[in-house]
Amino acid sequence: MAEMMTLIGGRTSKQGTSLCAGKLGAEYLQISSTVEMNVEDMARLGLSNDSKVRLRTPVGEAVLRCKGRETKDLPPGLLFMAYGPFSSELMAGDTAATGMPISKNLDVEVEPVVDGAAESGEPHHG
Amino acid sequence: MTSALRIVNGRVYDPANGVDGAVRDVCISGGRIVADVPPDARRIDATGMVVMPGGVDIHCHIAGPKVNLARKVQPEDHRHDVHLRTRVTRSGTGGTVPSTFTTGYRYAALGYTAAMEAAVTPLGARHTLEEFHDTPVIDKGFFVLMGNNVLMYRLLQEGRHEEFRQTLAWWMSATKAYAPKLVNPGGDEFWKGQRNANVTRLDQQIAGFDLTPRKVIAEFIEAGNELGLPHPVHIHCNNLGHTGNYQTTLDTMRIAEGRRAHITHIQFHSYGSVAGKSGDNPTSKAHEISEYVNTHPNISADVGAVMFGRSTSMTADAPLAYMLRRFGGGKWVNADTEHESGCGIVPFTYQDRIYTNALQWAIGLELFLLSDDPWRMVFSTDHPNGGSFMSYPRLIRLLMDSEFRKEQMAKVNQQALEHSGLRDCASREYSLSEIAIITRAGPARLLGLTGKGHLGVGADADVTIYEEDADKEKMFSTPRHVIKDGEPVIEDHEFRAEHEGRVFHVAPDYDPGIEQVIEPFFEDYYTIRFANYAVADRYIRHPQTVPTAPQAAEAGAVPAT
Amino acid sequence: MGDNIKVVADATCTFCGCVCDDMVLTVDLDQKRITKSENACVLGKAWFKEHAIEERPFALVDGREATTDEGVEAAAQILANARFPVVYGLSDTTCEAQKVAVAIADMVGGCLDTTTSVCHGPTGIAFQSGGESTASLGEIKNRADLVVFWGGNPAEAHPRLFTRYAVTAKGMYTPNGRKDRTIVLVDVRRTPSTPVADIFLQVKPRTDFEVLWALRALVKGRKIDPSIEQRTGVSLAVLEDLVDRMKRCRYGALLFGMGLTMNRGRHFNAGAILALATDLNEFTHFVAKPVRGHGNVTGADNVVSWQTGFPFGVNFSRGYPRFNPGEFTTADLLSRGDADAALIIASDPASNFPKAAIEHLKRIPVINLDPKLTHTGRLARVSFTTATYGINVPGTVYRMDDVPITLRPAFDSPYPSDEQVLTAIRDRVRELLGGNRVPAGEALAGVAVS
Repeated sequence: MAEMMTLIGGRTSKQGTSLCAGKLGAEYLQISSTVEMNVEDMARLGLSNDSKVRLRTPVGEAVLRCKGRETKDLPPGLLFMAYGPFSSELMAGDTAATGMPISKNLDVEVEPVVDGAAESGEPHHG
Repeated sequence: MTSALRIVNGRVYDPANGVDGAVRDVCISGGRIVADVPPDARRIDATGMVVMPGGVDIHCHIAGPKVNLARKVQPEDHRHDVHLRTRVTRSGTGGTVPSTFTTGYRYAALGYTAAMEAAVTPLGARHTLEEFHDTPVIDKGFFVLMGNNVLMYRLLQEGRHEEFRQTLAWWMSATKAYAPKLVNPGGDEFWKGQRNANVTRLDQQIAGFDLTPRKVIAEFIEAGNELGLPHPVHIHCNNLGHTGNYQTTLDTMRIAEGRRAHITHIQFHSYGSVAGKSGDNPTSKAHEISEYVNTHPNISADVGAVMFGRSTSMTADAPLAYMLRRFGGGKWVNADTEHESGCGIVPFTYQDRIYTNALQWAIGLELFLLSDDPWRMVFSTDHPNGGSFMSYPRLIRLLMDSEFRKEQMAKVNQQALEHSGLRDCASREYSLSEIAIITRAGPARLLGLTGKGHLGVGADADVTIYEEDADKEKMFSTPRHVIKDGEPVIEDHEFRAEHEGRVFHVAPDYDPGIEQVIEPFFEDYYTIRFANYAVADRYIRHPQTVPTAPQAAEAGAVPAT
Repeated sequence: MGDNIKVVADATCTFCGCVCDDMVLTVDLDQKRITKSENACVLGKAWFKEHAIEERPFALVDGREATTDEGVEAAAQILANARFPVVYGLSDTTCEAQKVAVAIADMVGGCLDTTTSVCHGPTGIAFQSGGESTASLGEIKNRADLVVFWGGNPAEAHPRLFTRYAVTAKGMYTPNGRKDRTIVLVDVRRTPSTPVADIFLQVKPRTDFEVLWALRALVKGRKIDPSIEQRTGVSLAVLEDLVDRMKRCRYGALLFGMGLTMNRGRHFNAGAILALATDLNEFTHFVAKPVRGHGNVTGADNVVSWQTGFPFGVNFSRGYPRFNPGEFTTADLLSRGDADAALIIASDPASNFPKAAIEHLKRIPVINLDPKLTHTGRLARVSFTTATYGINVPGTVYRMDDVPITLRPAFDSPYPSDEQVLTAIRDRVRELLGGNRVPAGEALAGVAVS
């Protein structure tokens, strides 16, 4: 059952250090393919830490692994993920003539992924 | 190495060498003026033309952090004034704050070959030099802001005069500056530290310090002169723009007590006061100011004339900019630099209908027309504060053509004219020789640039050739030829070659021990490492170090006066 | 660790816009590796540690290994033959390289844009409308007794913003450091930055503009309806208290991040916070500063502004610089499929840009310069391995507050610098075109300016 939530992309310390090692490296890949979700939301959707979840926007989708956050840190309905190729999959190109695409507070459809389905793996590049 | 050149048949104006319109040759070789060149040297025919040294702008704002903020904040200013690239020259944009390539090309296209950027923070020196590198053709230098320097204040209030002088020498050398600049001395500590207050009196205590503006000004004048700097000190007085401020200006000039001091954009500091409907209105005190400058040979000034139309106020006098904001119509930039300076930027339009603007315009002209000594009351609009450098030709016409001046006077706010003395000096007209003094020879001499502003043997071969025209604005707008370092960069009104000018700076000697006084201050309070502060040589591709008087004496040369 | 060790003091870290110049680097010259980076934060440490010399081809052309010279030739051909190329990136390279990039764009009559357009471009747009009150970081360190962080997470993105500059740093009028300051943090969620604050405002997503505008109104003495709490998650009482503190402080600073620019409202949000600081100057001294992400994005802003008059999103097709965000900015040029070639320097749009933009990058010839292998490098037709600025390459960078700093590199690299590669490309393009490209029917070569 898909739900609408709000996704915020941003920087994290680990994303910063791992990108120094290289964006094609395993650590960066792992960090940028994780999404933080409110623990109550996760419980309702039947998700636990490391469960796979599909995020979908009108332009694309990404399958990511969950990580739970307490309500005091991340309110229900909000998602957070580090910038990277996976967040790009979800980003629309329209900048409303400002040059700046929206990468924070995206409306995303969230759906748990049934076990056995493939992870996004590497984003579809080059 | 440039080849030899002979400019023939032109009417030469070289007031520094007593040449006042004589038809004679000017010979160039190796980038310098020489006595003679071989008969097969290339000739430029200057028949019917006027030959002058290249223009020297003693005070303008063309490069550095403040200028770049002013550029960035006004895209509309650029959009209507574009500058096309050619096969060999770069594109750019204009308006009152042109981009760097355009600045250089346009100054050259007006026949200017040197310009002094008037106000740079020490922290921003590197930035200014980078912009200089992208400002073609003209020679450049800059004045470094020292008048609100916190470490210098600390030394002063502790009575450490010798260390004060050494520190000033260090700072000039470390930043590769040309001269020390004071702007609204004492104002920063009020602006930044006292909720946007300002200093208003010379004898007022500076917030947080056992000092007054008078003391600060006196010490810098003394130190600049003792160091034997070619241009000892350049002062933007307190109370700029305020009604009745002429008294502050007179008092500031008196502080010099016979030592050399330069008062900049003195027009903005020449206001008297008359009771009006809602408070006091400014009037002209050009007479009193002019009188003082005329009778005190140690004092020099540049006028800072106002020209109607668009301008951009950009100044280290942050409280002034904030005050202007109310009249400016919207945009305002404020930028503080730790321990060194403030900065304010306000786009502004001077209108002939408005009393104060018309008065400012009149006072600027008055100061020129009342001057007994064009060598010491020189040409500027404080570009772009009073008006763009592109308005220089028009200002020249206003000085040379009294009929034209009268026509313009008829168009401005008449009440403002009543409160100025412009009608009384309406008949004086500047001659070509006097124009050559105020735009070339005078500024060069005041700056101590011994190779500039004249065409004597040994001078830099910076030569401008104008086609004579009764319309002096037209004449000075488009020189026929402009020669820089012996190289014709503009010929028949066209750019022929790229040329990179030199950067003039001083390197006064100082006791290396002074770094032990300066470094701890950096450790405690700055956010840049002391070791990373001084500007490396490589930031100037073509440096020209101008010796201080002691350095020149040691080298056996005659120092500039 | 070997015997051939060098210590470089006062080196500069260029990972983020803090551009801290107090690094003490221990360098193993034999291994060409930085083994210790004293004073660096966790991000800086990774920056120094991970930028060693990698075994990579000097260039790749159509997937084949090539020399730098071969890459230059291929790149120059692409640029000389393109009709609407874009030169993009520039935030992680020196000013010296940035200048050459602008020269290339001017020469070919293409577009020139930097990562600013997807970072604080909206702030730049807001700045153009109203200006700003700003200061060098040392003013905040020495004078600020109230600092508000809005829409950013410095603990994870700019750690030393807290420690070296704005929170715990001790200064002339803040000798007790943290104790002399009130710290306020505004965000939609709690982050590792939140515990640093005395006051935390948790705003509802997409309501920053309303909160900022309400603060402006309160500063100016207007009334705000208590229903603001319903709308934004922040009560009127909290807003009034904040305004009171802001007016009464001695020197205030608003430091803001992507939470404002990458969000609904973009330049309206940035404009609101800049205007709030401006309004507060009626009462006290207040500044607002965008917190810049990359080491030399501020340098890019400065170089592009002084050379063209505009900070980013510049086009040279008509023979002179034009500025139009949305038209000449790279996310748009690529998402709409306008650009027919791209020169990407020190940036990885294939990793961060919208999907449509990345798809277009796969369709057009791309030239890429980067020390590391990136997603953009993988899809480029011509790819150069270049040396890393600040670690191998000397030059100038500008800190987020416009302070220019000279780099002290740690060890040499066999790879050329961005500046060297770009200069070679520029020179070859100049040969191919016979000089700057002059639009047909317009300016003749050598026409004087007036």
